[in-house]
Amino acid sequence: MRTQRVTGAGRKRPSAVASVRRSAGTLLIHAFLVALALTCVLPFYSMLVDSTHSSTDISTKLLLLPGDDFVGNYERLMRTINIWEGFLHSALIAVSSTALSLYFSALAGYGFSKYPFRGRGFLFGFVLATMMIPGQLGIVGFFNLMNAFHLLNTYWPLILPSIANAFAIFFLRQVCDSSVPTELLEAARIDGAGELRIFHSIVLPLLTPSLATLAIFVFISKWNSFLEPLIIIFDNAKQTLPVMVAMTKGQFATDYGAQYVGVVISVIPILIVFSVASRRVISGITVGVLKG
Amino acid sequence: MFAFGRLWRRASYGVLAPPRLRGGSWAAHGYLFVAPFFIVFGIFQLYPILYSLYLSFTDWQGFGAPHLVGAANYSRLLEDPLFYKSIRNTLTIWIISIVPELVLALVLALILNERRVRGKHLFRAVYYFPNIVTPVSIGVLFSLLFDWQTGAVNRAMAALHLVNQPIDWLGSPLLSQVLVAAVMCWQWFGYNMLLYTAGLQSIPQELYEAARVDGATAVQTALRVTIPLLRPVIIFTVITSIIGGMQIFDVPYLLSGAGPDNSTLTIVMYLYNTAFQNSHYGYASTIAYATFVLIAVLSLVTFRLTRSREG
Repeated sequence: MRTQRVTGAGRKRPSAVASVRRSAGTLLIHAFLVALALTCVLPFYSMLVDSTHSSTDISTKLLLLPGDDFVGNYERLMRTINIWEGFLHSALIAVSSTALSLYFSALAGYGFSKYPFRGRGFLFGFVLATMMIPGQLGIVGFFNLMNAFHLLNTYWPLILPSIANAFAIFFLRQVCDSSVPTELLEAARIDGAGELRIFHSIVLPLLTPSLATLAIFVFISKWNSFLEPLIIIFDNAKQTLPVMVAMTKGQFATDYGAQYVGVVISVIPILIVFSVASRRVISGITVGVLKG
Repeated sequence: MFAFGRLWRRASYGVLAPPRLRGGSWAAHGYLFVAPFFIVFGIFQLYPILYSLYLSFTDWQGFGAPHLVGAANYSRLLEDPLFYKSIRNTLTIWIISIVPELVLALVLALILNERRVRGKHLFRAVYYFPNIVTPVSIGVLFSLLFDWQTGAVNRAMAALHLVNQPIDWLGSPLLSQVLVAAVMCWQWFGYNMLLYTAGLQSIPQELYEAARVDGATAVQTALRVTIPLLRPVIIFTVITSIIGGMQIFDVPYLLSGAGPDNSTLTIVMYLYNTAFQNSHYGYASTIAYATFVLIAVLSLVTFRLTRSREG
C-alpha cells in the first residue's frame, strides 16, 4: 500500500506541482477580486449600519452590526426635511424625462436609419458632435433663458431638454439599422399605413428590448443629476432628492444618524433596480461601446 | 463633394423602389422625425451656449441690461490666481485618479476574461455598482466616513492598529485631493473595466490560439496581443475621462467643499460659486468658455499623442 502510494505520487509529481502552483495562483487572484469587491461594498454596508445607530454611538464607537435607532434618526430627518417629497419630485422628473427621451430619440433614430432624406449624413454627424460639448458650457445662458421664460423654480427646465438626447439617438439608430427590416416598412406602406402609424405600431414594438435597456441609463442619469435642480429650483420644499440629501449636510451638522438615513433613502432604490436588472445594465454598456 | 455623391446614391433608392414608394413624399418624413431633436437642442442648449458667449463679454450681475466690457473678463481670467488654482486642483485630482483607475480596470478586465475565474458576473456587477449611485450621496457618505473625529475609517484604522493618531483627511490640502481622487477612482474603475471587457470580447479567438501555439505566456499574450488590440478602447476611455474629469463637481462639493486652502476647488465649483453664489454671471461665462477650450486642447493633445505613436 505504502510503496504504491509513493510511486503513484512520484509519477504524477510534475503535473501535481504545476497544478498546485496553478491553483495557488487562482486562489491569489480570487483573494484580490474579493478584497476589491469588499472596498466596493463596505462603504454601503457601513452606511446601512450607521443609519441604525444614534449620532453619539456613530461618533464614538466602531460599529459593525446594525442597531435599533433607525426610526429615531428617520423621524429627526423628516422633521426638518421631507425627504419623500424630494423622492417624489425626483421620480416625477426622471420618469417624464425618460419617457420623452425614449420616444423622441426612437423617432429620430428611426428617421436617421430608414429615411434617405437630403443632408442626412451631415445632420447625423451634427448630432454626434453635440455629444462632445461639456455640459457646463451653456449653464449661465441656460439659467438666464429660463429666467426670461419665467420657468425658474419649475420642473420644465429639468424635463423638456431631455427630448434632445444625442447618445440615445445614436444608440437607437444602430438598433433600427440592425433589427428593423426595411421590407416590413415597405409592406406596411403598400397596405396604406401612414408613416407615423408605421412608427407607432411596427417600429416601436420592435425597439422595445433596446428601449428598456436605454431607459435604465436615462433614468439613472436624471435621478442622479444635481447641478441643474440646484440652480433652477429655489424653493427648498420643491427640491429633488439629491439636493435634499446635500441639504442634510448643512442642516444636520453633527446629527450623523439623520444624514445617514438621507443617504440610505437615496441609495436603496438604485440598489434594488440594479440587483434586478444588472445583466441588462452591464450588457447595455457593452453594446453601446462595441458599436461606438 | 463626397457627401453629394453619397446623397445621390441614397436618393436613387427611391427610383428603384416600387412606384408607390417612389419620390420624396415618404422620405421627407425623415425631416419631421429628426426635427424635435434639433428644435429642442437649439432652444435649450445651442442658444444658451451662444448667449453665454455674449455674456462672457459683459459685466452682467443678474439685474438690468448686460453691459459690454470687451475682453475685460478674459484679461481678468488670465490674472486670476484662483482660476489657475482651480485648474491645477482639477488636473491634479484627475491625474491621481486616472492612472490607478485605468490600470485597475484593464487588469480586472483581463482577469475576468479568464475561463478559470468564478463568479464573473457578480464581480463585474459589484465593481460597476458605485458608478450608478447618486454622486451627491457618495460625496455625503464619504464625508461622514472620513470625518477625522467621528468617521468610521479612522476608527477602523485605529482598531486595526494601523494608526496611533486619527488622520485629518479633510484638513490637509494634499490628503483631501488624494481622497477626492480615490473616490473618483472608486466610482469609475468598474465602468472602464466593462468597456475594456467589451473590447476584449471583440478580439478574434484565433489570435490567442496562434499565441498559444507559439508558446507565449499569459503575460506575453496580454502585452503583445491584447493591449495593442485594445488601443482604440483605451484612447476612448482616456478622452471620455478627460471630458468628465475636468467637470467634476458633485463629489468634491459635498465631500470636502473647496477644501483646506481651496485645495479641492474644482473648475466647475469655481464656476458655480462665481455665477450662482456671487452673481457674477458675465465672468462665470468666461470661466465656462476657458474650461471648454482647456477640455478641447487636452482631448486633441491626447488624440495626437496616441496617433503619432502609430506612425
